[in-house]
Formats: sequence, structure tokens, C-alpha cells
Amino acid sequence: MSEKQLSIKHLTGLEGVPADDIRLILNTADSFREILERPIKKVPTLTGVTVVNFFYEASTRTRLSFEMAEKRLNADVVNFSTSTSSAKKGETLKDTIRNIEAMKIDMVVIRHGHSGAPDYLARVTDAIILNAGDGCHEHPTQGLLDLLTMRQNLKKPFKDLRVVLVGDFRHSRVIRSNIWGLKALGASVAVCGPPSLIPAGATAFDIDIYDDLDEALKDADVVNVMRIQLERQEGGLIPSLREYNRTFGLTSERLKNTKKDLLIMHPGPINRGVEIDTDVADGPRSVILQQVTNGVAIRMASLVLLAPQKEAVAG
Amino acid sequence: MADILIKGGRVIDPSQDIDRVTDVVIRRGRIESLARVSRNAADNFGTVIDAKSKVVCPGLLDLHVHLREPGQEHKETVLTGSRAAAAGGFTGVACMPNTTPAIDNAATVGLILEKATEAKFTVWPIAAISHGREGKALVEMAELVECGAIGFSDDGDPVWDSHLMRTAMEYSRMLGVPIIEHAEDPALTVLGSMHEGQMSALLGVRGMPGIAEDVMVARDILIAEYTGGHLHIAHLSTARSLQLIRDARRRGVNVTCEVTPHHLTMSDEDVRASGLDPNWKMSPPLRTKADIRALRRGIKDGTIDFIATDHAPHHLDDKDTTFEDAAFGITSIETALAVVITELVKPGVIDLPQAIALMSTNAAGVFNLPAGTLKRGSEANVTIFDPDLEWTVDIDGFKSKSVNSPWVGKTLTGKATDVIVQGRRYRL
Repeated sequence: MSEKQLSIKHLTGLEGVPADDIRLILNTADSFREILERPIKKVPTLTGVTVVNFFYEASTRTRLSFEMAEKRLNADVVNFSTSTSSAKKGETLKDTIRNIEAMKIDMVVIRHGHSGAPDYLARVTDAIILNAGDGCHEHPTQGLLDLLTMRQNLKKPFKDLRVVLVGDFRHSRVIRSNIWGLKALGASVAVCGPPSLIPAGATAFDIDIYDDLDEALKDADVVNVMRIQLERQEGGLIPSLREYNRTFGLTSERLKNTKKDLLIMHPGPINRGVEIDTDVADGPRSVILQQVTNGVAIRMASLVLLAPQKEAVAG
Repeated sequence: MADILIKGGRVIDPSQDIDRVTDVVIRRGRIESLARVSRNAADNFGTVIDAKSKVVCPGLLDLHVHLREPGQEHKETVLTGSRAAAAGGFTGVACMPNTTPAIDNAATVGLILEKATEAKFTVWPIAAISHGREGKALVEMAELVECGAIGFSDDGDPVWDSHLMRTAMEYSRMLGVPIIEHAEDPALTVLGSMHEGQMSALLGVRGMPGIAEDVMVARDILIAEYTGGHLHIAHLSTARSLQLIRDARRRGVNVTCEVTPHHLTMSDEDVRASGLDPNWKMSPPLRTKADIRALRRGIKDGTIDFIATDHAPHHLDDKDTTFEDAAFGITSIETALAVVITELVKPGVIDLPQAIALMSTNAAGVFNLPAGTLKRGSEANVTIFDPDLEWTVDIDGFKSKSVNSPWVGKTLTGKATDVIVQGRRYRL
């Protein structure tokens, strides 16, 4: 295992993270993947390190994945969840984090409904911050686990890859993190979705944007399908889920005109019959569950590489 | 009231097209003359202010200020807001009615005026258009004007109901006061906290598109055209809205507008560069660089009538949080003059006489106020500032109760050294 260090101090997003850092996290995650296949899946790397999972927004999978990663590294884990709205009435975010910090913690994993909340915490506390999803901004560990999954399944280097991200670009932090990670590694990136779900100013990302999924998928090596999150809609941005499925749903019919080895990914949770049909999600080209396994490995790698006083790294 | 002699300054009075080095004589609270006074005669004045290498001009006016009283006195009061205004070189302000309760009745207007008298400062209340700023029923406009309101606005919120807007513009015609619109279609800014564009896309922050302002400005212009009322657009921020106003004026529509120093000098790129610092969050939001260029053309060609700050003090508790959670608004009354000099006068966008017209004479003209001039016989409201003084904006230096300013830590040029309000030298 390499003794290299990350240049970043916190993982608040993938925008601006150097390719070397991303590769180091992916390589480290690969070795944790091996540990996850062992009968005893625990290593003592983070013994004595206290991690707080600080979830201001509902999450099952990401929280479980972080918690599992922390426990497999033997960290001391504390969970704190609340809804943004109820927290708003009482203590401020800053007060809450500083109170928890006063109990002597090392790292904070935060999910929050406001874009930029992890960066804000990084400014107002001394703890090491890992972003588990902030508003419509970024979800860097999801982006990294998607990269890892692509790297494991495709024989081509990233610079030869064409990746299509399908869904609600306007509100999707997963799409943003995918874009930055893929661009850093040199991949060609496109987003496809209804124009009302493409953010105004999307040209800033310097990627291809489609509103015709068949067209978008023509040369794609990977399609990463996003969950349509109705709870994020300001209201009426798409007419119905039924129409979404008709125009943007990934169906076996559509796959007839794509590359035969098109890799099918989805960050979950899946709305079957909406953004992806069951036969596709469960089909041979789908690596959706592998993404979930990789999620634990990526989070282990991120925690270890960012942890204070890291001694021996896994291996 | 002591007679005051202001000696040897560069006297700039756009209302009389004066720009020359001379003395200003103030007797019994009124401007007596703009002419050299002999050394001997100078001894007869109770107060002599040496204005050598300084600019002496009609007192600056800020006709868009939030004084927060009554109801949010932990953010600002008429007294602290007046002190902040004077420190910024202003001699008079107009305060917005989004207080608690709203300034929508004679008693509250009276309270503001009483507090202003205690502060020995000039405050012109702007009353709400609708009761409680609820956007439903028209306030008693005639009585409020009699009591001292100089215009009407539901600022903070737009007048969403077109019928109410029409009625307000029709009814106010007989009173000769402006209807001041916070132009924003709220349906287009739901959950938004910065300008919608490339920067908001990158940051994943929900946007407030320029068209939210433009559609409201367009609607209001049509209503003003139909009713013949005086429409004043507050804190204009987009190139498109500016063009709508320019075109409307050519047709003879009675529409005026103001712009803030921040919309003339900062863009959404600065929001990103700040790392989403809540002191870069205000409504309307900082727009694009192209909008800044257009607004600068607007102040040069006269489409924009005057500069007003939209001074919006907030307690640290409302700002020390995530960008999306933080309150809208920044304090700016103590930095406005310096920002205008540093960012607009020094680079040659406008000259000093234009800057003074935009911050004083023109504002008085649009709102028909007895101010903005050094004409003989007028009440002595005078600003004296050093246009070359460099200073660093420091939280501890603010007279305002609040410190939510994006200019903290910046070095600016130009600072008021004296203001004379209602014939009296105001302690800075």
C-alpha cells in the first residue's frame, strides 16, 4: 500500500480535486475491496478515531454504508440525525457541531439539505469533514464509488470512456460529483434529461447535454441513471413519472441500439418502472449492487486517507 | 445653532452645475453663500471646518434603507442607522416599511419621525402599499403622505397582485408620490438564494433568475403606462430590466429607478469566490458581469436615476449559517461612498460630480425632496469627504448595529470627514 497522502484536507466535493488524489482513493478502495471479501472484515486502522455521522436529511443507504465503513475500520462511531426543519427551530447548525466537537471527535460525515453546508462546517470547526451529500451540490463518495465501479468493469482507460448521466441534473448532487470526477480522469461526459431538469447555466460544466436518450446513448460506454426525486421538485417540473418513463426511462427496448457491453449503473434507491425498468436493473449489464459494495470500500478509503495521525494503512 | 464656515474645499453642487474651490457659509442653519470668505471674517464663525483637498457637496441621500425599527431593534434602530448613515457621509435617508409592525399607519410613521428627531437626523419614511405588507388592501395613502410618508413600497416583497398594483398607481397619482416596487416574481424564485446562471449551476444552489425581476418590471411598466402613476423600481439589477425602463421612458412612461453599489460592482462570480459566504447573499442577488456592464452604462446615460444602498442590517445569528439558510441582505451605508469612489470614480466610469448627482441631487429630484442642493437659502445639509483617503473596512469601525458587509477587510478609497445635517455639524 502506498504511503502517499491526499492533497485535500476535507472531502467536501470532487470539483477541483486533483486526479492524483482521486486515483489514490480508488487504489486504496481496491485494497479494501479485498478485505470486504474476507471472512473477518475488520481492520484496526481507525482505532481510537471518533467519527460522527451527522445526517440532517433522511438517508438509509449512504448512512449505513458510512457506518459500516467506519466500523470495519474499528473507529468509534456516533450517529446524529435530525431533519433540517426541526433543527431550524432549535439549535443552529454551528452550535450543534461545536457541541459535538467539544466532546472531542475527529471526523464528521455530514449530509445536509443546504448546498455548501460541509464547506461551512469546515470553516467553523476543526474536525475533518466528509460530505455525504449537500443540497443539490455534491455527493463526492458516490461519485468516487461510481468511478471505482467503472474502472473495475471496463477495460478502457477513463480517457477513452464515454459516460452518460441520465436524470435530474438540476437537483442532482450525484451528477455533479460524477461530472467532476470523470472530467478529472479525462472521460467524456454527457448528461441527458428533460430541459426543465437541466440547470440554467449548465454550459459552465462544459459537457454535452441531450434531451434525446437514444441519441445520447449511441456511443456510450456507461449509463449512470439517476433516481427521479419527486421530493426535490419545486413542483411540476415534469408532467408525470409515467411520461418520464416513456421519454427517459431505461428500457430493454432502448438497449437494442446501444453498445452491447454498455455498463448500467444507478446510485439507488431505484424507482422501478420510472427511470429504469426492472429487467434492465436486474439484467446482465447492470452493476448496481457492485456499486453498493464499492460504496463501503470507497468510504473506508476516504476515511483512512483523511484521518488524523494515520499510521498503518490497510493491507 | 452655530454659524459654520467650510473653508477651501472643492465645492461640487450638481444642482447648480458648480465645481470649484471655494468656501461655504452656513448661517442660522441655511446655506448663505458659496464664495471666498476673508481671513478676518472667518473669526466670526462658531465652527470653521478646513476642507482643503476635500470635496464639499450637497448632503448625500440614501433613499433605500432598512432601519429595522420598530420590531427588530437588535439589528438596527433609527438612532444607530442614522449614525451609520452619517458616518457614511449621508445626511438623509428614506426607510423601508418592512418592520414589525409594518409602517402602514400614521402612528408608526409618527414614531419613526419622532425617533429621527431624537437622533437629530433626517429620515423620510416610506410607507407600505398594503396593510401589513400582505399584498391585499391599500393603506390610507393620503393620510400617510400628510403625516410624512414620501412614497409607498411593500419592499422585501413585490406587489404580486396586479389589481392592487394598478390601484396603488392610480390612487397615488393625486398625491404625487412614487410607488416603489421590489420587482420579483416570487413563483420564479422559490427556494432560490443566488442569481440563476452558471455559478448557481456549479454550486448547486437554487437560483433566482433575472427574468423573475424582468417580468415584474415589464408588468409594472405596463401598469404605470396605463394608469399614469409614478413607478419607481427599487434596486434594479438586470440588463434586461434596464432596457425595459429605457424603452418605457422613450414612450413617456413615468418610471424611475435606483441601483445599489453592490449591483454595480459585484457579480455572481464573487458569490462563488466568497465560498458561499452569507454576506454575499441579498435580494435581488448579485447578477452577472454583463449585467454590471449594462448597469454602468445605465448610470452614465441617465437611465438609472440614482444610487441607493438597500442597507439591510442583520444580526450575526441570521448570517452565521449556511448560505441557503442565511437571511437576505447586506449592510452598505457606511461603505457606499467609498465603493462608488473606488470602483466607479477612480477607474473613470463616472466622475465625482456625476457620483454626487447620483447619490444626492438626482435622488432628491426623483422623490421631490427639499434636499440635494447647496442653493442659497436651502437647509444646510452638506457632506465633506476626502476623495483620496484610503481606509480598511473594519467590523469594529461600524456605527451600524450589524456587520453583515462583504467589504469587511477590503481597502477602499474615499471617506466622509464631516456631515452637516439640518444646519448642525453631526458628530461622526
